Amino acid sequence: MDRPLYRGSYKPYVSPLDPCPPIRVKTFVLPPQIFTNFQQPGLPQYSPEEALRRGTLWPLFDDGFSREEGIS
Amino acid sequence: MWVYEKKLLYPVEVGTCNPTLAKYLMEQYGGADGELAAALRYMNQRYTVPSKVIGVLNDIATEEFSHLEMLATMIYKLTKDATPEQLVEAGLGAHFVNHGHDLFYENANGVPFTATYIQAKGDPIADLYEDIAAEEKARATYQWLIDVSDDPLINDSLRFLRERENIHSLRFRESVELLKDERDRKKIF
Ligand SMILES: [Fe+2]
Repeated sequence: MDRPLYRGSYKPYVSPLDPCPPIRVKTFVLPPQIFTNFQQPGLPQYSPEEALRRGTLWPLFDDGFSREEGIS
Repeated sequence: MWVYEKKLLYPVEVGTCNPTLAKYLMEQYGGADGELAAALRYMNQRYTVPSKVIGVLNDIATEEFSHLEMLATMIYKLTKDATPEQLVEAGLGAHFVNHGHDLFYENANGVPFTATYIQAKGDPIADLYEDIAAEEKARATYQWLIDVSDDPLINDSLRFLRERENIHSLRFRESVELLKDERDRKKIF
């Protein structure tokens, strides 16, 4: 699930003398739970099958980390 | 207290993209004979040594922290832009799993820093001889680092750091001599 909503980013210092091709924007996770102190009742839910695969019942708390996303 | 200057003790330039070298440099960052061990050892011993040698320990401890910063700069520059795959290739896969792209106080094998690397024996001669040994071991570590590094710019900084260890060793030897001078001194109170 693509949710740039749950990501932060910053521009690290890049030196003209960096030995490796520089990464100009670094991204990190701001997971959904840090924006919710108490879960509201009645949130939309995945189907039971999908919830089993995703590890959460609620799309709102699914931040969808993946290798392909290439955060690191 | 300390006055911090926002620059390195000696310039650090990295010429080659070689994350494997970062792994080796960690030995001198968080290893048993590394700069962190040195700094913490002297910083702690300085309180209880004879007054004549407090200043040497204080000054060298301070300098070791500036060396630590140089090592950190090298390691950071060599790893900050590496992909997880490149880190695995460089032998830093376990480091990445535990620390991501952060630096950490651990040796080249990933063993975390421990206070058991250093000692405070409550005996000025025992402590100073440990300090002398530590400097010689740090000097030797820099030699082997220079031997495995083919980056002339990194090696320039490493050579600087290595020479500093010689001088530190000498200062600690002189400290021992100062304490030996206390023998037979007739003190009239
Ligand atoms: Fe030293």
